[in-house]
Amino acid sequence: MIDAVGNPQSMLLLGGTSEIALATAERYATRRPLRVILAARPSPRLDAAAARLDRVGATVTTLPFDAADTASHAATIEKAFADGDIDITLVAFGLLGDQEKAWTDHSTAVELAQVNYVGAVSVGVLLADALQRQGHGALVALSSAAAERPRRSNFAYGASKAGLDAFYTGLTEALRASGVKVVVIRPGFVHTKMTAGMKAAPLSVTPEQVAEVIVDAVANGREQAWAPAPMRHVMSVLRHVPRSIFRRLPI
Amino acid sequence: MAEIVVRSLSGWGRTAPSSARVLVQPTLESIQHAVRDPGSRGVIARGLGRSYGDPAQNAGGLVIDMTSYNRIHSLDADSGLAVVDAGVSLDALMRAALPFGLWVPVLPGTRQVTVGGAIAADIHGKNHHSAGSFGNHVRALDLVTADGSVTTLTPDDELFWATVGGMGLTGIIVRATIALTPVESAYFVVDTDRTANLDELMALLTDGSDDRYDYSAAWFDAISTGTTLGRAVLTRGSIARRDELPPKLRSAPLAFDAPQLLTAPNVFPNGLANRAIFSALTEAWYRKAPKRRRGEVQNLTTFYHPLDMIGEWNRAYGSRGFLQYQFVVPLGAQDSFRRIVEQVARSGHVSFLNVLKRFGAASEAPLSFPQPGWTITVDFPIRRGLAEFCDRLDEQVIDAGGRLYLAKESRTSAATLARMYPRIDEWRKVRAAADPDGIFASDLSRRLEL
Repeated sequence: MIDAVGNPQSMLLLGGTSEIALATAERYATRRPLRVILAARPSPRLDAAAARLDRVGATVTTLPFDAADTASHAATIEKAFADGDIDITLVAFGLLGDQEKAWTDHSTAVELAQVNYVGAVSVGVLLADALQRQGHGALVALSSAAAERPRRSNFAYGASKAGLDAFYTGLTEALRASGVKVVVIRPGFVHTKMTAGMKAAPLSVTPEQVAEVIVDAVANGREQAWAPAPMRHVMSVLRHVPRSIFRRLPI
Repeated sequence: MAEIVVRSLSGWGRTAPSSARVLVQPTLESIQHAVRDPGSRGVIARGLGRSYGDPAQNAGGLVIDMTSYNRIHSLDADSGLAVVDAGVSLDALMRAALPFGLWVPVLPGTRQVTVGGAIAADIHGKNHHSAGSFGNHVRALDLVTADGSVTTLTPDDELFWATVGGMGLTGIIVRATIALTPVESAYFVVDTDRTANLDELMALLTDGSDDRYDYSAAWFDAISTGTTLGRAVLTRGSIARRDELPPKLRSAPLAFDAPQLLTAPNVFPNGLANRAIFSALTEAWYRKAPKRRRGEVQNLTTFYHPLDMIGEWNRAYGSRGFLQYQFVVPLGAQDSFRRIVEQVARSGHVSFLNVLKRFGAASEAPLSFPQPGWTITVDFPIRRGLAEFCDRLDEQVIDAGGRLYLAKESRTSAATLARMYPRIDEWRKVRAAADPDGIFASDLSRRLEL
């Protein structure tokens, strides 16, 4: 159960090597005993992620999960819930990759949409069902500030996140009466392995800062949160800037 | 007619809601049926929902709404015994009993709790030092146990004491026999003392004078620090004999009128419960009390239940809700107690509805909260840093040999709770024997691994 001040007892991280997801689990694990299921493709990185959470005292198990293979998702989610309630589920998988390739190369473009959007919808449906059956829990989805307005430089990624964002925002409403909380997180530029080597955009954040935003949103029953918080105002201005100006902005 | 509806439920603090199937308008048969076939997530009884946290909710499972199961079967003016269904509220019981010169022996800060809830939380009132907790006045109770049968339990049974304070986890309490107290009036003769600080208050509570009163509790300032730390208004009294009443009340000494002036609308924003507003309220509340007054006749609402004048007052804390932190530490732990009060005042987490009381002897129920010592209750609006602050308080409460009250609890950990209740394993053993499959379950039981 999530308690009155937002402490969970258990978590499922879909995208179990996501640095934001791991930082979030780490924060929770330092406050209370925490059971964590890391769902990701088996790899040394997954083992390292498990070891990292183990070091802060969490009870960690891993579960093979392929975001692109939607046919396998039902069995995976069922397995994740087999050992008891899950208080917070975090949809944290996603591809970024080469954004030029992502609109010029057919298979790259399709894979990005498959993982970031179709995969997110696929697990969203299954998680909504599992959480409704247990009558409580939070479903946190990592969207992106890029979902708010596509830019020339990352519109393929932005489009997939816009799809995810709209789906989970709608899910927030659909599940309102069910006791299940859906939270959409919109980080700006996050310093992770996914963005390593890229030029940081203004208002960039670390995975730990995003984790703080997630913990805060869950504790305070927020349904949408930006990381950092001022990003909300920046994007709300940017979305109304005329195209002719928007395309010239150095962002 | 008994039926099942799906509802989102939370406690009085309005934190951590969860959804459950709720059996409403239950009959004894439908309760037994529900217990025999509870589904995979178990069943729990719910009364008027005045517990602050999550004991009366059962996410994804079944909750039995007992509030309509509320017949008063008998009231015996000679023996003082009342036989009532578990859903009877203490308000209804009091109104029914007063004409016979009988009084509900233990009243908490609100009368809007059910008899079943009063037993399950083993509630206490301002008269704990003279009368003990609610379970001490229960002569018998009927419990629907895990096999669906009705068992009548008395204080000779282990399961009786596991049920008292057992947070509903031993079964569904359906009926109880309560020993009421004979009284001559529904009024109190009250002495008021305003103290300059906490030390002065605690001196008053330990100089022996407390034993002259049946009822005693203090409101205290949980914001001021320094020389006015814990300044308080102590009100103590006993139920008036008829000859103590002024002439105009003597003709109807048992008359009782509890006005509900208004119901708070559900429009309060978060953050209204802030330092500026609470400091002003605290100052005003302290100033309006007389420095010393003796022998004032007050009615129950004024002396005991001022908050009952405002329906749904918990809404004032906004949608984020609030938590109530109530702990007790032993009588010897006065220094720790003082340190904790000081930290509350310095924490930046502000509380206005603060109560301080000296408890009397403990009950024999393993999970009963009161023990001889000092208890305080503070209400904190949910905000950043509260989680960590309460965790730090927990450690000091444990170090001082104290514990938290499960009816108020909404955020501690299983391990912490186990350290606070040394007889928890004894309770678990009795519960496991009565409910081997653990079909009685609540969000609280899952959270605290009870």
